[in-house]
Amino acid sequence: MTQAKQPIIQIRNVSKRFGKVTAVDNISLDILAGEFFVLLGPSGCGKTTLLRMIAGFEMPTEGQIIIDGQDMSLVPPNKRPVNMVFQSYAVFPHMNVTDNVGYGLRISGVSKGEIRDRVAEALELVKLGGFEDRMPDQMSGGQRQRVALARSLVMRPKVLLLDEPLSALDAKLRAQMQFELADLQDKVGITFVTVTHDQDEALSMASRVAVINKGEVAQLAPPADLYEYPANRFVADFVGSVNIFEGKLTLDEPDKAAVDCPGLGKIYLNHGVTGPHGADVWVALRPEKIYLHVPGEGKAVRAAAQDAPDGHNLARGTIKGMSYLGDITLYEIQLEGGQMIRVSRPNLSRHDQEDFTWDDKVSMHWRADSPVVLLS
Amino acid sequence: MSGALQDWKSQKKPFAAVVSAPVFWLALFFVAPMAIVWLYSFGQNAGPVDIEISGTLDNYKRATEWLYVSIFLKSFAVAALTTLLCLIIGFPVAMAITFAAPKWRPWLLLGIMLPFWTNLLIRTYALMALMGTNGYMNKGLAGLWEGASWLRTLVGMQPLEAWTPVQLLYNNFAVVLGLVYVHLPFMVLPLYSALDRLDKSLIEASLDLGAGHFKTFMQIVVPLAAPGIVAGVMITLIPALGAYLTPDLMGGTDSQMIANVIERQFKRANDWPFGAALSFLLIYAMFILIAFQSMRANKVKEV
Amino acid sequence: MFNRTPIAPLEYTRKLWMRSWVGLTMLFLYAPLILLMIFSFNDSKRNVVWKGFTLKYYEKALNNDSLVEALVNSLTIAALATNVSLVIGALAAVALWRFQFPFKGLVEGTMSLPIIVPEICLGVAFLIFFAKVDWPTDLPWPLNLSAITIAHITFCFPFVAMVVRARLASFNKEEEEAAKDLGATEWQAFRDVLLPHIRPALVAGALLAFTLSLDDFVITFFTSGPDTITFPVKVYSMVRFSVTPEVNAASTILILLTVILTFIALKLQGVKGIAETH
Repeated sequence: MTQAKQPIIQIRNVSKRFGKVTAVDNISLDILAGEFFVLLGPSGCGKTTLLRMIAGFEMPTEGQIIIDGQDMSLVPPNKRPVNMVFQSYAVFPHMNVTDNVGYGLRISGVSKGEIRDRVAEALELVKLGGFEDRMPDQMSGGQRQRVALARSLVMRPKVLLLDEPLSALDAKLRAQMQFELADLQDKVGITFVTVTHDQDEALSMASRVAVINKGEVAQLAPPADLYEYPANRFVADFVGSVNIFEGKLTLDEPDKAAVDCPGLGKIYLNHGVTGPHGADVWVALRPEKIYLHVPGEGKAVRAAAQDAPDGHNLARGTIKGMSYLGDITLYEIQLEGGQMIRVSRPNLSRHDQEDFTWDDKVSMHWRADSPVVLLS
Repeated sequence: MSGALQDWKSQKKPFAAVVSAPVFWLALFFVAPMAIVWLYSFGQNAGPVDIEISGTLDNYKRATEWLYVSIFLKSFAVAALTTLLCLIIGFPVAMAITFAAPKWRPWLLLGIMLPFWTNLLIRTYALMALMGTNGYMNKGLAGLWEGASWLRTLVGMQPLEAWTPVQLLYNNFAVVLGLVYVHLPFMVLPLYSALDRLDKSLIEASLDLGAGHFKTFMQIVVPLAAPGIVAGVMITLIPALGAYLTPDLMGGTDSQMIANVIERQFKRANDWPFGAALSFLLIYAMFILIAFQSMRANKVKEV
Repeated sequence: MFNRTPIAPLEYTRKLWMRSWVGLTMLFLYAPLILLMIFSFNDSKRNVVWKGFTLKYYEKALNNDSLVEALVNSLTIAALATNVSLVIGALAAVALWRFQFPFKGLVEGTMSLPIIVPEICLGVAFLIFFAKVDWPTDLPWPLNLSAITIAHITFCFPFVAMVVRARLASFNKEEEEAAKDLGATEWQAFRDVLLPHIRPALVAGALLAFTLSLDDFVITFFTSGPDTITFPVKVYSMVRFSVTPEVNAASTILILLTVILTFIALKLQGVKGIAETH
């Protein structure tokens, strides 16, 4: 990323209503030049509508979209410096690969020789050399997607928009394309804006992610922050797996905080949360950040760590369910208070999954920097 | 989901039960009458009511006279012009229906279909009433004429002379207009079903890649809707070519089409063998058109 | 309809020229019919100037015995032709869909011919055929309509077969096999499983056949004897010789009949179902 971090797309108070349904509700955000930006959210959250408004296929009911310093309100899609890769790929079925990729250049009157060179270069970029004369119906879904990518990239847009680019691919190909897309973006240096409902996709490719819920931005952050520091229950729950407990904030100082959760006990944090004392809050705890051990053993482990006062960040329960997933094993544990908690444990050795089984009594602990306190 | 076809031998009784009635009907009341016409086309009048099937080719020879060839050509030209006008008028309508809001779409479709269900004769008659010398179309033209006249006086020119009603009916213009009026729904419906199947994101992709609406239309919409266009053209051209009622009621003496000539052989001229020959020539013309279409369809499949 | 949001690229129906185009086309299609209906109530012999409301032309039309007879004949023929076409058409569709048999292509091709062959050719074929076989023309009503009815069935049943066959394509044969597996005979399976599946197509086919029969002028014109007259043939002669307001009234009645039939079809099938028939 050589360019300075300045916004290439500015979305200003944009709303979109279809009749009585509000698809996008007063969103404002900046997308920076050269970044891989992902709009993540469940289906129907308005993320695709937002993307289509950037491309120019939908008009905002209110607000303004500025691309490269220019207001796009009256600019039709064919005059915008952005190109889109459609969810269905929208490869023209009556044209071969060369004609598909060269379509936009032909339309804008680029000379034949230049078209030939740029098409060849774009096909090379998406690893489709040798497919020049193929018709779309002779290609796999993954290959058609590469055609769609090349067709957009050959236009050298300021921003490339991708609508659910990997949703139609099978799992293996999807994983491969995640890497390839990120790699491609790095190579061409064009700003990518991708829409997806798949959190793995978002986390693995994005430089920044905007989580969208019910037409609003729930959180905008780099992937790691999204996972480790979710801003609210929606993000904590949507991105990754999480245990959420309701409690009261009993201690809140700059370097420590504590929450009293009925059923789970006292949770201690080694940083402040700046919430009102006594307020109702939620604590999010990721399954992999919980250590599992045989009862009694836990205290000794904890004593060595010494990062929380005695009686904090400890819980006991009974294993009610487990599923072995190969790399990890997932445990469903019923706490003494009756609530369920999910814990995942890496299978570091071949026999790790034999350590615990159904109906075993277990104790748990977690580090003081693991829980996240959520105010909403 | 339908599985393999059953061999008739494995279920002779059910097969006989379903197949006999349609085949019987078709043989007796379609193939037999058509066969008689075909035989008559090789016959000659042998008395006031008798026709002798002598195997003569005179009827077909007579059909190659310029008078009849020109009527064939003219019928074809009128039908082709009708089809073209239907295509030009119908395409935007089909586009509008395709891209209309879902709640409007069925009503627009119904709007196109309702005339299609209405009696042809009544529709032709209604159009004739509108186009008569005292009809509203003449009134509208008179209004335009007077408006033009008034505009002339504004700029200081002499007013136009008083409007005299024009004869809109009983000419070739009336025949084409009447045929377009009658056949427009035939064109719109297949166009709509082709456009409806078109993936809208292809149009968006074209716009996204810098093409304007016109270029997108010519390079993406038309090629991809081609099967629907061909279907619409055939479904309009074939009945227009064999049209009888419209030229009969709305045409003048010089706008008779082939169907009118055939009718004359059977009613006034009473030359059934010649009428039969003309009739089969018309059928052969249809076959050629359909053969062209299926050849084209096969070619598209091969590519 | 006022919407401040700018028009999105594919919102073609919000573009003014597109709206005007559709509006003008609809005007072109409907203005003649609507004016005809309005002027059927006009108290004037000459059609163009509104002289006041009257029902006298309806009275005249309904008292015109030959017009009423023609209408009754038309409806009778349409009803008879629809029923027979429905049976033959459905049987033909099932036969072609279900069985493989010798000369199948020939039967299939021949069956589509009545749809393709120009009406005028079919008309003269029936004229010659009924003359050749000396079909009796002096039978009592309704047998005197038999020639016309036969002709109508011939061009109606291939349409029914086409509609039913399209519907059969979506039939899951396993349903029929399941019925037989549960003990149904061939006939019971047909009646209880296949027939309910093709019912919408039968309704659509019946409406299509009824309309086609009621609509037909050319073939009837050639097939009808001197004493058997149908509504279109009667209207034709009235239009040919003198345009009277009576024709307006009679036409209005038939238009309303069509609209009512269409709306019944809508209730039964929904607009989409009707659209798919064509």
